[in-house]
Parts: sequence; structure tokens; C-alpha cells
Amino acid sequence: MTPLFDLAVIGSGVVGCAVFRESVLAGLDTLMIERAPDLLAGASKANSAILHTGFDSKPGSLEQRLIRAGHREYLAIHERLGLPLLKTGATLVAWNDQDLAQLDGIDAAARQNGVSLHRLDAEGVRRREPSLAPTACGGLVVDEESLIDPWSAPLAYAQQAVVNGGVFLRNSPVASGTYEDGAWTLRLEDRGEGEKTVRARVVVNCAGLQGDIVEAIARSSPFTIKPRKGQFIVYDKSAYGLISSVILPVPSPVTKGIVATRTVFGNLLVGPTAEPQDDRDVAALGRPQLESLKAAGERLLPSLARHDITATYAGLRPATEFSDYQIEALPDRGWITVGGIRSTGLSSALGIARHVRGLYEESFGRCRPLADPLWPRVPNLTEEFPRPGFQPDRDDIICHCESVTRAEIRAALSDSPLPAGCIGGLRRRTRCMMGRCQGFYCTRRVVELAAPYLPELATLGPGGAA
Amino acid sequence: MNHDVIIIGGGPAGLSAARHLLASGVRDVVVIERNPECGGLPRFCLHRGWGALDFGRLWRGPRYARALVEAAAGATFLTNCAVTALEPDGVVRVNTPGGPRTLRARAVLLATGIREMPRSARLIGGTRPWGVMNTGAFQEMVRFQTLPFRAPVIIGSELVAFSALETARHAGLRPVALLEENSSLSVPAIVGAAARLRYQVPVRTGCRLVEICGQDRVEAIIVEDNGARRRLRCDSIVLSGRFVPETALVDGRTILRDLDGTRGPVIDNFYRCTDPRIFAAGNVLRGVEHSGYVAHEGRSAAAAILRALRDDLPPSRPAIAVEGRNLRYVYPQRIVPSDGKTMLFGRSARGAGGDLVARDASGRELARRSVGRFAWPRLTLEIPTPDVETCDALILEREHSGQ
Repeated sequence: MTPLFDLAVIGSGVVGCAVFRESVLAGLDTLMIERAPDLLAGASKANSAILHTGFDSKPGSLEQRLIRAGHREYLAIHERLGLPLLKTGATLVAWNDQDLAQLDGIDAAARQNGVSLHRLDAEGVRRREPSLAPTACGGLVVDEESLIDPWSAPLAYAQQAVVNGGVFLRNSPVASGTYEDGAWTLRLEDRGEGEKTVRARVVVNCAGLQGDIVEAIARSSPFTIKPRKGQFIVYDKSAYGLISSVILPVPSPVTKGIVATRTVFGNLLVGPTAEPQDDRDVAALGRPQLESLKAAGERLLPSLARHDITATYAGLRPATEFSDYQIEALPDRGWITVGGIRSTGLSSALGIARHVRGLYEESFGRCRPLADPLWPRVPNLTEEFPRPGFQPDRDDIICHCESVTRAEIRAALSDSPLPAGCIGGLRRRTRCMMGRCQGFYCTRRVVELAAPYLPELATLGPGGAA
Repeated sequence: MNHDVIIIGGGPAGLSAARHLLASGVRDVVVIERNPECGGLPRFCLHRGWGALDFGRLWRGPRYARALVEAAAGATFLTNCAVTALEPDGVVRVNTPGGPRTLRARAVLLATGIREMPRSARLIGGTRPWGVMNTGAFQEMVRFQTLPFRAPVIIGSELVAFSALETARHAGLRPVALLEENSSLSVPAIVGAAARLRYQVPVRTGCRLVEICGQDRVEAIIVEDNGARRRLRCDSIVLSGRFVPETALVDGRTILRDLDGTRGPVIDNFYRCTDPRIFAAGNVLRGVEHSGYVAHEGRSAAAAILRALRDDLPPSRPAIAVEGRNLRYVYPQRIVPSDGKTMLFGRSARGAGGDLVARDASGRELARRSVGRFAWPRLTLEIPTPDVETCDALILEREHSGQ
């Protein structure tokens, strides 16, 4: 007989991982199901890595409330999980009179949202961010906006769930499900190993970009995912010092606009674009958009033109026809919907998880929180704290740009509660191949270490035999 | 501990400098290499042709790398050690296997070489699957028989692209094509013709990689082939050439970088950076020259370092700034007064002949020579070293015929 879980989370993006963690800590027997070989395969792998305050969210919205709650929760737990927090603050910059005219409104909305801003004149902006183009004519400072590691955070949430008894199932797309006698039976797509099923009393749909498709297992989906693509450019570490805070534009009704920010890894990031598309799986880069993004970055920071580009990436955000999050419990269907977590999921995830726990307790019963859960720390990948590559008696450094040691790569592949399931997962866990040479110097040595664990890297001999 | 010379980077430039310094009687030469072994990029190039200028041989890359190391015997090799910062007064911060250490030397030579431009900086569109790499990684994987691909497309037509073809042949792979986005190859057309025959690989010009396709692994590319879009199946992409100096240590604090030209460190006519204890040689100076040329630069820089050790170099300041016109770059970027002549190096896009002219700021011509119609893109001009009293700036200009 297939075991019956209390809760099955579908999807292991940042929201799924946070719900997984919350549910395990709440004492529920929990399973997280992912269709890809590793977590963060969809929307969550590509974002701007900012922990927002929610100052500019719509006052009174669920999104605003959960960003605030998520932000607070991150501050409360990040140290125990070994997660970084770089409190850079943000500078919202006005570039013309039209922008200037909006600052009062933004300030008032922020106050309603419980975030206090302070005003800068042109001189104040110049003093705070001297590399900005001289046309900057005023701005607002948001002190609490911070930078985090967008991959280690969800990894830490999921890892805490796993070491405290949660189960993570990869390579398992949910094909269909039936709800009978107070329990769901989910059928997983047949991947050549025969059909598998899993059972749970309650299912939480955290399927992100597949949210409406998964929702259709329980009901006709009340929302439709409308993927919105964002492209980003990561600049060389030489550009890190050009700004000290997150540079935000005055938002237009359509988009939050292009942001320039440092990253916790010591780079400078510019993006995202906002491009609606139908495809929910493929986030393709486009040269024309990258060129205009580059030009936009250079308009903000003219000296950026002299710095090298380290990486480009694109991500999809699971927007819907609604502006707010779509979160609700269906008590008579054993189902909780968490949909339309568009671009703020990294900031709100822990808040969403708390909210989902509340919905669970209202509709499905009380939890028995773990008395003394384990708090496993994730490896530090930021330059803020000591890294293994700089310790006495370190192992050989394999990736020189990011100072990643062989021991770190080995640990991420095998000796971890949540080992990497693909080369992207290995890169996100260790930063190997993510530096300025993008694998020019380290690819071979990484492949040698990883090939036994990642079948996609299997060596093809002469003639192509594996 | 104060050493005579610290050399950063154990490739052809650094090892050739070490060889020359040791042969000239300098005892305490330290070579710092971040990899487990010295030898540099030739370690992974299995084809012949290495060592012609510096050893009078035509070796395969690994043999040449070994010869370079052997010729530098007597130096102290610190392998698996990565330099993390250069500081004034010859201070070098090193991340060693035993932990961080600080070394110091009377002279430091930066010889960190180059790498190829990654996919990101080329702003290539499409997905980001496994299987997009530079020639460096491609050749290293072939060398160690860990290559997880068999049908690569090679992008670019600098010499290194043909080196990639040779590597592929060695590994028993048949590349799908070699694509050059410009209307002519970066090498003489005869090389392309020979490559077609030798490797049986289509060599296309006017063909630009627009988009990479494939979710987990590369499945195909979309190219714009002389105006028409088409899809080409392949399982990997080798992005060759467009070399950039490896300048992580040239951070603009201790020494300056020529951001608008070579993108390497700013040097003077004695291979000296803007900190007078730090010298630079080899491909870190600019996108790529072949190993024999680089080895020669290593020797030239070593000769300047020998003079510095004897306190025999002219002071580093004041200097005359050198500017290029109609050139992609020019170096040295500063000239200090000295006896004799100074060689200026520049590079221009390929094109018809014309003249290379050096003038001072007042327009007075110092030297001129005509550039052959089929000249290699590397341009040199020897000038009488100008006097800093009468010359504040020097301009090296490529004058095209008919201008």
C-alpha cells in the first residue's frame, strides 16, 4: 500500500520549498514533488535576488501582506540556516519632472505599507550614488531592501524539510489525480519505470508556471498563467562598486522597470525586461532585447560600458490575469491553491508558507509542530563570509573565478541531504562555472567530478558510444 | 620574505621569462600557478606546431608545455596557488593550499594570459543548455577524454578555430560546420580552403549564430546565413576566439587597465605597469598572439626586469601618453624617456594597405611606414623615443589609402 502523506506539495520552486519546510516543521508528514531533476527548475531559478520590503506593492493586497511577512521571517531565520543578507537599501531614482511628481505618491503608499522612506534631492542622489548618470534629479531611499542568495535560500528551506523527515521526489511530473475518501491519489508520469502513484490527504499546488495545469486536477482553474519573460545581464565583479544600493526606477503602470543591483556574489546585475509570451517552458534570450537592456543599463550607469559581461539569463514569471496572488483552500477537495506568485516570490515565500499553514489549520486540522527541529546550514557562497577556498588546508580549487574547491563540488553532488540533480543545480549550489570565464578554465575538471552523478555529462567515446 | 622576482602565471610568457632570468643569474625566481601543473594552455593542444621559435622544434602542445617547465628548472614553483591581489611595493597576496600567504618581491611579472569571450558577452540569443563552451574547455575535455559531445559547431575563424578543428579530428569527431559571421575569414583564405579539404567540414562566411536551441542539451542552432535563417542540428557549440586578457588582478587600484584599448594592463616601453615594481608580458597584454611571440615577450620583459633589479631602468614617471587612431588598440600606452628606439604595437581590423604614422601632439611626424595590403592585423612601428620635455602625447594613426 502506498503510504499516505498528510500533505503533498507540487512544485519545488522557492514557494514550494518554503511550504515544504513550514509543513514539515508543523509536524505534517510531507512530500514535495518536482517534475525536473532538481529544485528551482522553473520561475525561481532566475530573478533579481532582492529581498523586497513590499514598499511599492498595492496597499491592502495579499501580495503586500505576504511580502512583509516573508521579509520578516527571512530576517528571523537566515542566520540559523547560514543564509546571507546584504542590507544595501535601495534608491528609487527620478530621472525627469514626471518621475519627480510621482515621488510623493510612492512615499505615501509606502507609509501605508508600513515602510518609511526618505527623500533625496539631486545632490543627495549624487552623493549616495555618484556613478549614476548626472540627469538623476531626485529620489527616495528604502533602507530595508536587501540582497540575498536566490538559490541557497530555497535550498536551505527544502534541506531543512528533508533533514526533519520530509520527502523530496524528483523527475516526477504529476499526470493526474483523483480525490476519494478524503485522500488524493496522484499519478506520476511514466518515465519507463512503470506507473507510480503517491497519496496525500491534502495537496498544495505550488506549480508556478504550470499552476493552472496542475489546478485543473482539482477544478477548472480560476486563473490562467500568462508567462512574462525577464532577461538579465550580470556584469563582471569589477563593476560591483559602481553602486552601493539597489537602483530602482519610478514604476510605470505596466512594469516595475529595469533595476540595477549588486549581487551577494560580488557582481552587478541589470534587468529584467518584461516580455509576455505563451511558452511556459522556454525562457530564451534575445539579442535585440539584451542589446537594449545593455543600453538601458549604460543610461543609468554610463561607466558600465567599460565593464565586461559575465552572464546573461532569462526567466519566466508566472503572472495571471489578476494582479494579486491567487491563494485559497478548498476544504471539501483537500486542496490548497498557491498561484500567480509573479515576481515577488523570493521575498514572500516564507510569508506564503505561514499563510498556507494557517489555511491548512482552518480547513484540515491542527498541526503538531516539531519540538526541536534540526537547522542544517547551507554552504556559504558569498564573499561576505569565509569560504572554504580560502581556509587553511583547503582542497584544490577547481573553479578559480569563484574559488570553488573540489570538496565543495563533491559535497554538492553526493554528500548533501539534497544533492544536485543536474549541472545547473551543481552550479547554483557551488557557483562553479558561474564566474567571469564561464567555464573556460574549469569545465573539464567539473565534468570529471560530476559525470558519475549526472548522467547528462556521461562521456561519449569515439563514435559517440556512451 | 623578499624574493627577487615573482612571476604570476606558469604559461609560455611566464615560464620563458623565468628561463631567461635564471639564465642571467637571478637566483630567487618564484612562479605562481593556480593549476596543479604549469605549462599554460598548450597543455591541452594536441596538434603539432609548438616550440618553433623558442626551441626550434615542432612539438605537440603538451610536449612544448613540458619543455617550458624544464627550461625554467631552478625556479620555485608554487602550483595550486592563486594570487588574490597585487599591492604596492611588490606585495603579492596568495591563496595557497595551506591558507592565505603574503609574498613580496623586488619585481613582479604578471603573465596571466587570456581566455575566450564567453557566450554571455557575445549577447547570443536562445536557451542556455549544456554544451556551449569555449575552445579552451573543448580542447581540455578532448585531452582528458571527458568530452560529452560528438557533433559540435565551431563559431569564429581565428586561428584557434582551426586548432579546434584539428582537436576534433584527433578525437574522431566530425564538426557540423565552422561559421564566421564576417564576410571573410579572420585567417588568410588559403587556411579556410585547406581546412575544408583536410577536415571535410563546411566552412561558411557571412553566417551568424542567432539562437541556441535545446532545453537540457544543445539540439540545434539558428543561423543567419547570408541573410537567410536556417536551422542547423548539432549537440554542442564551440565559441572560439575573441580573446580577452585575464585581468582579475588588474583592478585599477594598484595598476591601471586600458579599458578602451587592449583591455589588458597599461604598460610602458619596458613592460612596466603603472606600479613600477609590476611588469606584464604575454597575452595578458592584449587579445591573442601565438605562443612563440608570447615567449619572446616573456624574454623581453625579463630583460627589463634584469635592468630594474640593477636599478638601471629609467624612472616610471613622467611618461608620454600614447593614443591610437583608426586602431583597435595600441601599446605601450605610456612611454618613458630612454636611449634608443621604442617599438609601438597596434592592431587594426583587416583591410587594405595604407600607412602607419606616429606623430606628437603638435602634429610633427616621428615615423611612418606603409602597411602591406595583406598585412597581418598586428602592426608595429619603431620610433625614436621622444623626449618628455618636448612631447606630451603621442598618436599612432592608421591612415587608409585614399584618405
